[in-house]
Amino acid sequence: MARLHIETTINGEPAEFLCDPHETLLSALRNGLGLTGTKEGCSTGDCGACSVIVDGRLVPACLVLAPEAHPLQQKFLEHAALQCGVCTPGFIVAAAALLDAKPNPTEEETRFWLAGNLCRCTGYDKIIRAVLDTAAHIRESAV
Amino acid sequence: MSIPREFKYVGTRPIRHDGVDKVTGRASYGADAAWPGMLHGAVLRSPHAHARIVSIDTSAAERTPGVRAVVTGSDFPETTAALALGEAAIDLRDISESMIARTKVLYHGHAVAAVAATTFDIAKEAAEKIKVVYEPLEPVTDIDRAIAPDAPILHPTLKTKGAPEGATGPTNVASRLELKRGDVDAGFAEADVIVEREFRTAMVHQGYIEPHACIARCGEDGRAVVWCTTQGPFVVRDASAAIVGLDPAHVKVIPSEIGGGFGGKIVVYLEPLAIVLSRKAQRPVKMVMSRDEVFRATGPTSGSKIRVKLGARRDGRLVAARASLWYEAGAYRGSPVGAGAMCAIAAYKIPNFFIEAYDVVVNKPKVAAYRAPGSPMAAFAVESAVDDIARELKVDPIDLRLKNANREGDQAPYGPKYGPIGLEPLLETARRHPHWTAPLGPNQGRGFAVGFWFNAGMNSSATVTLNADGSAAVVTGNPDIGGTRVAQALMVAEELAIPVERVRPSVGDTDGSGFTDVTGGSRVCYATGMAVIRAAEDARDQLKARAAKMWNVAPDAVTWQDGRAIPPPGTEKAEPLTVAEIAAKMTHTGGPIVGRASLYAPMAGPAFGAHICDLEVDPETGQSRVVRYTAFQDVGKAVHPSFVEGQMQGGVAQGVGWALNEEYIYNSDGVMENAGFLDYRMPVASDLPMIEVANPLHPYGVRGVGEVPIVPPLAAVANAMRDATGVRFTELPLSPPRVLAAIESAAPVPVDA
Amino acid sequence: MATVHLPSGLTAFTGGVDTIDIDAARVPDLIAELRHRFPQLGDHLDGMAVAIDGEIYQDPGYQPLRADSDVHLVPRIAGG
Repeated sequence: MARLHIETTINGEPAEFLCDPHETLLSALRNGLGLTGTKEGCSTGDCGACSVIVDGRLVPACLVLAPEAHPLQQKFLEHAALQCGVCTPGFIVAAAALLDAKPNPTEEETRFWLAGNLCRCTGYDKIIRAVLDTAAHIRESAV
Repeated sequence: MSIPREFKYVGTRPIRHDGVDKVTGRASYGADAAWPGMLHGAVLRSPHAHARIVSIDTSAAERTPGVRAVVTGSDFPETTAALALGEAAIDLRDISESMIARTKVLYHGHAVAAVAATTFDIAKEAAEKIKVVYEPLEPVTDIDRAIAPDAPILHPTLKTKGAPEGATGPTNVASRLELKRGDVDAGFAEADVIVEREFRTAMVHQGYIEPHACIARCGEDGRAVVWCTTQGPFVVRDASAAIVGLDPAHVKVIPSEIGGGFGGKIVVYLEPLAIVLSRKAQRPVKMVMSRDEVFRATGPTSGSKIRVKLGARRDGRLVAARASLWYEAGAYRGSPVGAGAMCAIAAYKIPNFFIEAYDVVVNKPKVAAYRAPGSPMAAFAVESAVDDIARELKVDPIDLRLKNANREGDQAPYGPKYGPIGLEPLLETARRHPHWTAPLGPNQGRGFAVGFWFNAGMNSSATVTLNADGSAAVVTGNPDIGGTRVAQALMVAEELAIPVERVRPSVGDTDGSGFTDVTGGSRVCYATGMAVIRAAEDARDQLKARAAKMWNVAPDAVTWQDGRAIPPPGTEKAEPLTVAEIAAKMTHTGGPIVGRASLYAPMAGPAFGAHICDLEVDPETGQSRVVRYTAFQDVGKAVHPSFVEGQMQGGVAQGVGWALNEEYIYNSDGVMENAGFLDYRMPVASDLPMIEVANPLHPYGVRGVGEVPIVPPLAAVANAMRDATGVRFTELPLSPPRVLAAIESAAPVPVDA
Repeated sequence: MATVHLPSGLTAFTGGVDTIDIDAARVPDLIAELRHRFPQLGDHLDGMAVAIDGEIYQDPGYQPLRADSDVHLVPRIAGG
């Protein structure tokens, strides 16, 4: 199976690594990046030895998948915000930029920000819902 | 079809199996592949809309370093083959000539030569060096000019098919169709109210975001492999083989993921060119269209001129209808005007009518199918007229339609009686919906319209293969445009009672899947779905037979319930077995289990849609915005509700664009002036509200969903515009300059009490 | 006897007749009999779809007809 290329920020520094789709974050940190400070004590989320903070949330790295989808990607799938999918990568990048700039956009702000991305399949309804839902999700997770 | 009444998987909303690839950009569309040793192809296109080709000299191109092959029309054999696409017999000679010119160029952008070189830039520059001598002719780019007695003639040998006896002489009218019932003059004599108008719509494009793209490899032995974005890999195979002169048994087509089609990727534009270039160069050739080429040289849909005369009695009953439809076919015959004629009054019980339909060639690209081809324009005309009748009679527009709505057993305008149809429940639901009575703001208007379209059946094949771990793979030959793979997985999950995540749906190539007709015509979930279900049933029958072997009982004594094979009562040491348990022992009970099915399905029942549109018009700029939209449709059982909603919302968006802004703008030389997304203005996210979809209906069995949603919006928007401005627009699109000019020159219309 | 209905545009080739009773077990036999009775129909029947008792077949193939089938010839349509 093809390995995935992940780009992220670790301890404030840009980092990138290859991992398998079902590899845990714990394994990717230790084996992919050589960051062995994160320890494996049980691999079932019970001992806390592998704790890390992901997007402001405290999580056990042994229970988190390394290539976990950005919340936007997951929300696009849940909302069926794509049909043929060819415009989707562009929308996700544009929406990610929106949420960085405006964590709490209104529907109208979202529509105007995304007016530079054409979609011919969806009529934009489910795309907008996915983006607004992602914004809400990110706000709730940060609490 | 033995779909159980209580569904466990069908009707749920699982994440599509190809979803992660699509949201990460990993999925491979037509232009995303590269083959070793690949060359790049470029096309030289005509600068004239209508001209004779006097000579072509390719020598300068051939001498250019890096160029490996040059082809012109003379590299393609004459073919009189017709390809029964099932939906419509397509004359391959027309397709071949439209793809690359022979003695005449018939539209601006018509290909005259193609070049394959080591880089795209070399190919493009070399193509520009090809010397073509043209004898320009007067172009014809509108219907009125094309049917005038002194019109320039595109095809000297064209005769009007279906013309009344005695019609001869050079013509641009390729065919005439007539539908008739009763006595239309007597009908109008009976009418208390008559509305008569002439409507016009412009040529528009399907607007798929992914341009056409392919890679072809053809050896000296005449065996070819083609990778391409298409709605129909078998069409690409058979059409390319016939156009190039190959044996289709030696052509394999691998469909990529497809970035939109809507009917525009059912025909071939690049693949035969790439095959012949590859055969000459003895290397694979990749060809990708630019957006400019997509507009100029693929298959938009017809512009139209439609005259409608409708008569009604004071009690609201429609008594007579007369319609004349002229549709642009583009450079070669074959517009969907016949379908337009069949759909125009399909919703209404009208005892007297006369409909005539004309297919007109003009110097524009040859039209291709676009979502319910022919129906949206006809609905624009008729539904606008019905709206005017409602205003004259001062009755509610939905009530007027209810009074005249066709039902099961009524005769369709094209002849046969309707089976179960959902028009009346649709109208009732719309009338009860809060949108219909919600208050409107200043400068806002509300429009209502219905639409009608068929749902195709035709050829489909499917295989369902079991794995030893109890998972299953389902393979069909239908490219997935809108979520059909996950719908197929849901059907297999339902039939075999295994989780939908354990079903892997995929699209095979033309060697690996049984013959299947195109993805289009709203047919995949219905017809291919039927094949999938039958293939799963076949697998299930084999599972039962294997269980019988394991229990040492007769196969017909085994029953199936809740996803398990059940042994006959009293069988010793026999517990019910799941799919996984039986599959684990496949090797020992007879070998692999492969379920298969293939069928030719008749058309599913036709379907209606009903839409309510609220439009806000800025009286100072003529700009308008859809502020609220609700779509109703009888779709039958929704296998995956999210994708059914998506089809409806997407069709609405295209219809709104067609109504408000989209059009091919031609200059007097027959050149399209707005061949890019900046000036060919499709709706963006800020143009539309959330599009509410209501599926209230009794499921009238299984029928398609994809095409109907584009039919009502043209009239729904136009009727909303009438409501908002007091002006009846009979020409689309309702672009701001047109709206502003009409508002400013219209006399004020008293507001209806 | 199957009853065949022709679209009005074709009645020019049948002397105005638009409804015909034909004894035929399958569609190809029906079409052959129509051509036999109205030679002027010629190849105008090519490329037409056939509706049998309300179900439309774009390609009717060898579809069987019942003794009292209601048959309509309709234009073929293309989807998109």
